[in-house]
Amino acid sequence: MTVTTIDSAARPSLVGHRKVADTGFRWVALGCGLLVLVILALIAIFTTNQAWPAFTHTSARFFTSTTWNPGHTKVVNGQQVADPQLGIWKFVYGTLISSLIALVLAVPVSLGIALFLTELAPPRLRTPVVYLIDILASVPSVVYGLWGVLFLVVPLSHFYKNVSDAFHSVPVLDSLLKGQEGKSFFTAGIIVALMVVPIITSLTREVFATVPRAQKEAALALGSTRWEMMRTSILGYGRSGVVGAVMLGLGRAMGETIAVALVIGSFPRITLNLFKGGDAMASVIANQFGEAQGLQRAALIGLGVVLFVITIVVNMVARGFVSRSERAAGAAR
Amino acid sequence: MTVLGVPAPERQSISRSQISRGRRFKNQLAMGLILLAIVVAAFPLVLLIVYVVRRGAPIISWRFLTKPIPAVRRAGPGMGPAVVGTITMTLAATVIAVPLGILGAVYVSEYGARNPIAHLVRFMSDVMAGVPSIVMGLFIFTAFTLKTHKLIGLGGSLALACLMLPIVIRASESMLALVPRELREASYALGTSKSRTIMTVVLPAALPGITSGCLLAVARAAGETAPLLFTIGTLQAHSNWNVFKGTNTSLSAQIFANAQQPFPGAQARAWGAALTLIAMVLILTVIARLVSARLSVQSS
Repeated sequence: MTVTTIDSAARPSLVGHRKVADTGFRWVALGCGLLVLVILALIAIFTTNQAWPAFTHTSARFFTSTTWNPGHTKVVNGQQVADPQLGIWKFVYGTLISSLIALVLAVPVSLGIALFLTELAPPRLRTPVVYLIDILASVPSVVYGLWGVLFLVVPLSHFYKNVSDAFHSVPVLDSLLKGQEGKSFFTAGIIVALMVVPIITSLTREVFATVPRAQKEAALALGSTRWEMMRTSILGYGRSGVVGAVMLGLGRAMGETIAVALVIGSFPRITLNLFKGGDAMASVIANQFGEAQGLQRAALIGLGVVLFVITIVVNMVARGFVSRSERAAGAAR
Repeated sequence: MTVLGVPAPERQSISRSQISRGRRFKNQLAMGLILLAIVVAAFPLVLLIVYVVRRGAPIISWRFLTKPIPAVRRAGPGMGPAVVGTITMTLAATVIAVPLGILGAVYVSEYGARNPIAHLVRFMSDVMAGVPSIVMGLFIFTAFTLKTHKLIGLGGSLALACLMLPIVIRASESMLALVPRELREASYALGTSKSRTIMTVVLPAALPGITSGCLLAVARAAGETAPLLFTIGTLQAHSNWNVFKGTNTSLSAQIFANAQQPFPGAQARAWGAALTLIAMVLILTVIARLVSARLSVQSS
């Protein structure tokens, strides 16, 4: 606190000085806030700029081809010339399919845990389960990958073999559940699911907590069983929030890099056989960037740009859903 | 709900018989599945922790944490440079991201009522938190490494700072929002300016919560690998305390490299590094929880 003196001549300057400090502080804070927007814009500009050669190189066919062969050469007038083929669709496919597997595994588990925490758990059990989710979230991605590649891969390949043998004559499932590679789309899906569960759980938990008590009690008073109450009032009421949470999980799953790079097999291919190896966008960047030069490096940065755009769009839509459910909860109060 | 005139025991028996067997079965099935969900989430985590401890604990020693990293084929301890790199780069990232993030949160929370810019900043920091860490690595590679032609720890720190910034902003902002209005008004009533009120009243009141949020962001950054792969060189066999000069390495980068090696010595070092990293991250998380627990005691 400054003690203002009675001396009237001193006051205006003091006030002026304080006003400058006040405005200055406001501008500094504004600058720090705007930094987020500036960084996002810079990410787009710098990465697109470096990736541009790959986008525009006609024979690389970045956006149109499924062939990824950076070392490809062709013969022109009897001479071998580099003719890299840099189509990204095998990686896009791998990212989508492994993220989908992760969501199929993670969403029911996350919803179950969130329902348990908001509706069923006695206080004694709630804390350990919250800790469980916290620890699940804090284990670094690379540790999941290490565990996956040095421990999980072998037992999973036996498991895959048994499953694919069991389903080999069932239509549709026989092609989905085919293969016996430990490093595969499905293994990547399992590992990513473990990392996505905490995100979806904590978000859906927040959504479920906003469901008005009256809504739940009304359902029970009408004679619903506990499950019917959960299904109609909680899941029904929180639907858009749940959709948002699942999409945020999807965004995280698609960007997951290191663990996927270790367990997906690094063998770009498009196949419906989930127990076979493939490759994904983020993981191919991690695995090939170190040795990449020229157009291949530009293409890998281009994959980063595509990933950036996809995750930005997914996150924006997801946030829209979440804030809509927050507004609905606010209106109901 | 009680219905007047109907004796309690009779009412109970009516309601029970009215729930058909199918509905009752469905209800029990759903409850069973919910409990199963927790087991399904807990089982792999327990398996992972037990396995990491079993493989990592035998190799961990003071020498393991301090000695230089031996050649990939050789067995024996040594992860010192990685421990040094993880600590120095994460610290540098914290020094960059935390002040900027807190000030950004101050703008959103203190100057942001009905302000479209603040609304946009809040929304975009949520979006930025979802940008994959590998994209941050590519960004710093194109914007910093390619311009300076230097593979140094600072590059990794910048990428980690980009990753931490939105987390710090969102965590700090939600804590600032919890500071009661009356505190601010009391300060204004004493003639204090807005900036002084924020620095001397609002921020100290929210400090435990902000600290907790920042620690969680630090824990997240310490475990990250992807932002470091292209920016720090990663193959550094001797400790480098200087983030401004020379290549560096980190526990996460060493785990990633050694996990792909067929040599048992390298794999053993990867497990040791994994246990060290998990321990560091968990300690940070526990401290964060303790700090925020203190906060909730104070506010109640």
